[in-house]
Amino acid sequence: MPTNTKYELKLGAATREAFGQALLELGRSNPAVVALDADLSKSTMTVYFSKDFPDRFFECGIAEANMVAIGAGLAAAGKIPFASSFSCFVMNKAFEQLRVTAAHPNVNLKVVGTHSGISIGEDGPSQMSVEDLALACALPGFTVISPADAVSMAALVKRAAEHVGPVFLRAGRVKVPIVYGAGQEFTIGQSIELMEGSDVTLIAHGLMVAESIRAAETLEAESVSARVIDMHTVKPLDTAAIARAARETGAVVVAEEHLADGGLGVRVAQAVAQTHPVPMEFVGLNSYAESGTPDQLLDKYGLRASNVAAAARRVLGRKR
Amino acid sequence: MQKTSDAVELAAICKSLRRELVQMITEAKSGHPGGSLSATEIVVTLFFDVMNHDPARPKWEGRDRFILSKGHAAPILYSALAKCGYCDWDQLMTLRKLGSPYQGHPDVRFLPVLEASTGSLGEGLSLAIGMGLGARLDGASWRTYVLLGDGEIQEGQIWEAAMFGAFHKVDNIVGIVDYNRIQLDGFVKDIMELEPLADKWRGFGWHVIELNGHDIPALQKAFAEAHDTKGQPTLILAHTIKGKGVSFMENNPKFHGTAPTPAECSAALAELA
Repeated sequence: MPTNTKYELKLGAATREAFGQALLELGRSNPAVVALDADLSKSTMTVYFSKDFPDRFFECGIAEANMVAIGAGLAAAGKIPFASSFSCFVMNKAFEQLRVTAAHPNVNLKVVGTHSGISIGEDGPSQMSVEDLALACALPGFTVISPADAVSMAALVKRAAEHVGPVFLRAGRVKVPIVYGAGQEFTIGQSIELMEGSDVTLIAHGLMVAESIRAAETLEAESVSARVIDMHTVKPLDTAAIARAARETGAVVVAEEHLADGGLGVRVAQAVAQTHPVPMEFVGLNSYAESGTPDQLLDKYGLRASNVAAAARRVLGRKR
Repeated sequence: MQKTSDAVELAAICKSLRRELVQMITEAKSGHPGGSLSATEIVVTLFFDVMNHDPARPKWEGRDRFILSKGHAAPILYSALAKCGYCDWDQLMTLRKLGSPYQGHPDVRFLPVLEASTGSLGEGLSLAIGMGLGARLDGASWRTYVLLGDGEIQEGQIWEAAMFGAFHKVDNIVGIVDYNRIQLDGFVKDIMELEPLADKWRGFGWHVIELNGHDIPALQKAFAEAHDTKGQPTLILAHTIKGKGVSFMENNPKFHGTAPTPAECSAALAELA
């Protein structure tokens, strides 16, 4: 549909900010929605919900494992709990609780990890969540969502609340470009084709979606027609769109702000291998990062449009 | 199901469930007899007297909830649920076998009447608190009971939950510690001493009741006291005997996690006649 669309990519709100506002709206429309946080509500932005709904907000202190299991208990009692913290803490410290108290019984718990990726910047690598998608996708029954911008986050928070079952939502700290207009519809498990293309497909989630659009524009100037897909739902994967892209463009690049091991890339590769094998390249992280400004880090660790475009040129060279 | 407050009748149910669970674990050739035998009076007093529940309506919203946080004591829970009529008594001997609803540790996927999947120690108190918060938000009167092992409370998450429960005044939950003083590797005092345990819970802000966990009238009185305790959660520190009811299993660390042989099973059943 968005043929020859030109994207302004004006800077918008951070996805964590969009999450916080969307959660507040959910709180107004659905009394079953409750929220938990682990002493980071002013960073995860559950602070908005906590002010309007103090009785439905549970401050857990710095105890993520307890928070997740209490959330599972609230879900078992019929609530729709959103448990939030920095993604690295809620996914790594509470993984066992996510496994046995949430995934095994398939409870209706929503886990929101903010400050994902390396773009958190100065706080440094102990606070950077670069394995969260691998962990979340490993949990049977979990739906895993990584929105690209504030518009898609706002919509997908609502979809997550409507979905019955455990969900992991990934959010970032920094402001990111606006990709979507207000009218866009979002459905869990249905990717969105942002640019048409016939030579190569660029698949991304999170802030790498905007970078992939920029990469496609660079490639267009080189007479390469690049399709761009926002794979906002990392699990369940939109295998049909991936198969179609592989068949129609013959080459695939996956770009993500996550370790290359265990992220969207390997999941797309699995789908490509199962449906229509074509050459692939991957733009992601291969190590832990360091302190710096977000821009410095995205440059140094190769998460830019230029890196995506370079990967596209590599994969085109391998195309049969 | 027939509920009763008569301690003699409850003791008879305890004996029948002890016989059943010893046979289940023997048949399974693996499992944890000691911690089921130590918890028998606690579980029976809850299911057959104290708890408000109805096997004809297993998911009735107003039911009291029970979470077996020490999930390795699954045989006492399964036999109690079957005796109540929630699940198949005749299938109890399929414990731990392929396709059985009676998994090695409680799993709601296989036995939906369970309130939670447990077995990874340390998680049940948090789950109970979540359920308690849910009931409180709804203005509902149902209560949540969670049975903890003593070794289990070496897990840090228990103390995260203990802080939360007191701070948020979750007074519609009751924790019970099955304090049988033995864990897998040996005696608790030699592995990681918990004493002074009552003081620890008091220090964390809980209303603590200490009792003999095999004394049914004492348990009945304690659950009533917990019900009337407002503004703080209650912890029942139940002093118990691991392997209670079978002389050669009592206080014997071997029977934390070892199934009886058929000969041992026969000897146990003779004692439980």
